[in-house]
Amino acid sequence: MSHPVKASEFLKDPDKAKWHDETLWFVRDKRDNSSKGIPEWEKLRDTASQIKDNVLANLDKYLLAFEEKAKANHIHVHWAKDAEEHNQIVLRILQKHKCKAIVKSKSILTEECHLNPFLEKHGVDVVDTDLGERIVQLLHQPPSHIVLPAIHLKKGEISDLFHEKLQTEKGNEDPEYLTHAARTHLREKFLAAKVAITGVNFAVAETGEFVVCTNEGNADMGVHLADVHIACMGIEKIIPRRKDLGVFLRLLARSATGQPITNYNSHFRSPSPGKELHVVLVDNGRTKQLAREKFKNSLKCIRCGACMNTCPIYRRSGGYSYGSVVPGPIGSILSPGLDIKKHSTLPFASTLCGSCSDVCPVKINIHEQLYEWRQEIAKSQGLNIKKLSMQIANGVFSVPFAYQMSGALLRGALKILPNSIAYSGINAWGKQRELPEVPQETFKNWYKKNKA
Amino acid sequence: MSSRKKIALFIPCYVDQFYPKVGIATLELLEKLGCEVSYPIEQTCCGQPMANAGYEHDTMDTTKHFLKTFESYDYIVAPSGSCVLHIKEHTPEIPEKGKEQQGIKKKIFELTEFITDILQIKMLKGHFPHKVGFHASCHGHRGLRLGSCSERNEPYFSKAKSLLDHIEGLEWIPLRRQDECCGFGGTFAVTEEALSVQMGKDRLDDHLTSGVEILTGGDMSCIMHLEGIARRNKNPLKFMHIAEILNKAIQ
Repeated sequence: MSHPVKASEFLKDPDKAKWHDETLWFVRDKRDNSSKGIPEWEKLRDTASQIKDNVLANLDKYLLAFEEKAKANHIHVHWAKDAEEHNQIVLRILQKHKCKAIVKSKSILTEECHLNPFLEKHGVDVVDTDLGERIVQLLHQPPSHIVLPAIHLKKGEISDLFHEKLQTEKGNEDPEYLTHAARTHLREKFLAAKVAITGVNFAVAETGEFVVCTNEGNADMGVHLADVHIACMGIEKIIPRRKDLGVFLRLLARSATGQPITNYNSHFRSPSPGKELHVVLVDNGRTKQLAREKFKNSLKCIRCGACMNTCPIYRRSGGYSYGSVVPGPIGSILSPGLDIKKHSTLPFASTLCGSCSDVCPVKINIHEQLYEWRQEIAKSQGLNIKKLSMQIANGVFSVPFAYQMSGALLRGALKILPNSIAYSGINAWGKQRELPEVPQETFKNWYKKNKA
Repeated sequence: MSSRKKIALFIPCYVDQFYPKVGIATLELLEKLGCEVSYPIEQTCCGQPMANAGYEHDTMDTTKHFLKTFESYDYIVAPSGSCVLHIKEHTPEIPEKGKEQQGIKKKIFELTEFITDILQIKMLKGHFPHKVGFHASCHGHRGLRLGSCSERNEPYFSKAKSLLDHIEGLEWIPLRRQDECCGFGGTFAVTEEALSVQMGKDRLDDHLTSGVEILTGGDMSCIMHLEGIARRNKNPLKFMHIAEILNKAIQ
């Protein structure tokens, strides 16, 4: 289903749509205040962007350096060219440890690889331990936002869900009560899991360590209780030096939620005695994107979600309207690279307002890439009615007389068309909007008469 | 402004066809400010609607025509941030016209930035006793940086506000969301009709609840969209392009 269709469905519940818009605007507002508390904010963004430029230009070297250091730290390093390989690697590790139940902290990469259904098919019980992720998992839904996975749900809906699944009191919507119930429920899962999977926010080439940022401490809880820790990361998550974290950690939480820093920024460097630590480095289309000159810097993304919170489209159409693992503006420039046909409406789900590029902590030119994807999509669609009309328009606009004639025809038509036609369903403009009133004459005619 | 400088007025196609009064106000305003302005009669459209729909490569002839029409002028001024941004950023490269094309990009200006930056006029005196809400069009605002953007950590400024600030009786009404998009977005207005209208309604609500009497802005495209929704819903707002306000105020 295309974005416009799903967006109109979302808007059919105007109260909820308004609530969704206001809720995410609140997050953006917090981000604004927080970023304005740091005088060097724009410099930080520049620096982060430059560090990522360097990473993308030397990705091979940094990855190999990371592998060497990580191995020296007794980390098992695996390389996966795509989602399938990634899932197989994870499964093999689980099978080796005869593990039938795992806990997982938030990882967009494992969503991208559809790891959960894959493992479930192989008889492994997967429990997402981030509260929002657990909520959507219990509903058999994907996350609707990369940082706030259950942002599309209201308290009442979560209360109903918990009543059904976790036997909480019916109608009790108190967030503290519900969170406590989730905590009790998750504690059992933590204690039972032999293997914990986490994502990776930053992997440091210089030291072979990696950093996982969470607000709930669920990654740490999972990892410390399990015998085996598998960390799955996209290859673009590498940064050169540990001190670069001083740039990225300051940007990440402020951009994501307006917090000065995420509650838990845990560094993993080597396994505890008697335990195992694995890192899976995943390509899954990233090197292809890297080869696309106009789109490669979409790989700078640190998954803060700020572009979603600021996007006037996302706020009013919800994460599911995008039909891609990563929704919102950043998703709309990443997804066409994976499947241009399936995601062909996403780059058009934007007014090119540019707000996404201005909030982006690593200065990805998101709206410019949306524009560029439109060009690619138009080319990939070949000759069709739309293309033909554009070529006619180009012909008209390059010949002044033709422009005047067609303008006159249009203006004439607007004057004489009965409202029943001008405002019929065919005319999307007029469904909920009046057309401009047609003036007596064009500016051009006025000028000829009065000035020329 | 030295009378030796040749200034061309660029009136976007939809302004020409639907809002001649905005073209007239722009011309009269510039003349009041001492400029000698001509309107190259051969001009058509900048090609933006096609390019934003993904057909930039089909705008070669339109772009060549634009260059031919305007290349001999020292300045090109348009009452639209959006079309100016298109000429600067989204016209296809015309290989045989490389120098002229680069030149055009440097000498084309949106009206308020032309007044503040080129004419170096920091304030205008006049009279306009109304409560005015300013809609910052995204292309002018975040594209041409005609004002500070709420996302960025930068000192506040607004080229439009600096021109309206000293008009006697004019009250600049602060908005809750100072620079959110109105949802016009060119073809977006029809391909994403539901979203476009919702965004427009939300913008109008902000102006209405803030006590705005006249909604103004630098781009008639946004205003056409907002006015269309307001008229359908019988909102009491009035709409004027900033050129119309300034021209009326300093009469």
